[in-house]
Amino acid sequence: MTTTETAPLPLGTGEHQPAVTVRGLVKRYGGRAVLDGLDLEVRAGECFALLGPNGAGKTTTVEILEGVRRRDAGDVRVLGQDPAVAGRRWRDRIGVVSQGEAAGQELTVREALDHFAGYHAVPQPTDELLAAVDLEESARTRVVRLSGGQRRRLAVALGVQGRPELVFLDEPTTGMDPVARRQFWELIRGLRAGGTTVLLTTHYLDEAATLADRVGVVSGGRLVEVAPPDELGAALRGTATVTWTEHGRRRQVRTGAPSAVLRDLLAADPHGEVAGLTVTRPGLEDVYLQLVGAVPTDSEGELR
Amino acid sequence: MTAVLTPTTHRPAPPSAARIALSRVRLELRLFFRERQQVVFSFAYPVVMLLIFASIMGDEERPGQVPFAQYFLAGIVATGIMLTSFQAVGTSIAAQREAGQLERLQLLGTPPVAYFAGKAGQVLVTAAAQVALLLPVARYVYDVPMPVDVGHWLTFLWVAGLSALAGTVLGVAVSALPGNATATTTAVSALAIVLQFFSGVFFGFLELPGWMQQMASFFPLKWMTQGMRSVFLPDQAGAFEIAGGWEHGKTALVLAAWVIIGVVICVRTFRWRRSEG
Repeated sequence: MTTTETAPLPLGTGEHQPAVTVRGLVKRYGGRAVLDGLDLEVRAGECFALLGPNGAGKTTTVEILEGVRRRDAGDVRVLGQDPAVAGRRWRDRIGVVSQGEAAGQELTVREALDHFAGYHAVPQPTDELLAAVDLEESARTRVVRLSGGQRRRLAVALGVQGRPELVFLDEPTTGMDPVARRQFWELIRGLRAGGTTVLLTTHYLDEAATLADRVGVVSGGRLVEVAPPDELGAALRGTATVTWTEHGRRRQVRTGAPSAVLRDLLAADPHGEVAGLTVTRPGLEDVYLQLVGAVPTDSEGELR
Repeated sequence: MTAVLTPTTHRPAPPSAARIALSRVRLELRLFFRERQQVVFSFAYPVVMLLIFASIMGDEERPGQVPFAQYFLAGIVATGIMLTSFQAVGTSIAAQREAGQLERLQLLGTPPVAYFAGKAGQVLVTAAAQVALLLPVARYVYDVPMPVDVGHWLTFLWVAGLSALAGTVLGVAVSALPGNATATTTAVSALAIVLQFFSGVFFGFLELPGWMQQMASFFPLKWMTQGMRSVFLPDQAGAFEIAGGWEHGKTALVLAAWVIIGVVICVRTFRWRRSEG
């Protein structure tokens, strides 16, 4: 019998127990189904990104998982409990980095953190939080005078103040400048490295690609694909596009076997140069756009 | 950095509602006094009005040879309590909800009772501070006599307490009105001003048109001012009230009824979020 050394599991989660399990989630607004049988599983300790266009149901899903919105049907388990009926002890185990104003505008950063520490069973000391989100210099600044990036960092500090096992981030970097975004990503990587399960929603592909262990694409109220970012849409990625110029016309072929197409092309003119020859495989963005139905999924074959 | 933000397994129960309520009182007080609009229009308003009106109308008398300042003090004390409770609570909850602060409280699992207790505690402290500012100004600048005995002070305490309670629950109730925070603030402030005129704060209640008196009788402020007149005016002035007396029983009944109405509305309509989907 062999024993394998495994990395310690994230705290507070039993082995094999996912942080989030969703089966057949349905939510209707006025008869229209925003979520239409969504299935989802987030493993303990991973960073999972829910990707999808606006209105796909990302925020509704997260709000149901957070226990602040009722569902119409389906089974939901978050940290082993049904969020619709879970109590304060459960709430203390999850953290939410919300879009809304974190605290009164006229509080200083330190006052806000000190106050909200009083809501948690085992709050992170304020000084450690300030250091973690790099707001030490602004501790005595009132929230109203913080920059946009600083406010988001304060929101993160407040979201993780109770040492949560699972953190929700709903479109956390919307409206951030590129520098602030990268700093923010570092924070989230830090969280995940510390063993916290992270569930974030975003409509930025680069964000999902750089942060997430796995990406789930939501479209039309369902999860249409789940995979690590570089394996997303494996079937779609198998299709390459071969393009070249023939008699002054662009020709394009989509194929699962680009080498065969190339062999044929080269054989047709063994000594010449095939003008404008390219072979491309779809990137994350192409796959994503096809998954959410923004562009039609073409069948193999010649185009135009 | 990464080592700092780690989850925990050893997790006792979260702090009690009472502890959160206490820290919310401190927070709400801090926010109240840092909010210029609240300080000017809720806290300082009665003192400013007393200074203006008592200076202009200083020589006039109200029925029963009551000097204007003495009559006006009763009304403006009641008005002050209405503003620091009803107006301040209604507008601040609407604003906090709109900013997403209540949403965060919900996500933190804040017991609603702790949130309301925080508001109530803040109202109690600001109203007491306001009265503590108002009475010396009336006493030493305008020679208004203070209540003569313990009985009158006790009347003051129950009228003020019941008024603040009714104002607070009705403030919570009115914050649920549809529309944005600006609309709520406008509606609340307009109602507060109209009620002041209708309820005999500025003019003798007996001098008002009958329809105005009847309308005012539905609302708490009329009973709050009447209760305060029974505290600050000489006993014989009660003969000049509509009923020919102070009507303490009816005052207590009407205010208590509004507390109950307010609580019922709060329970049915209070929401953490801007709109329910």
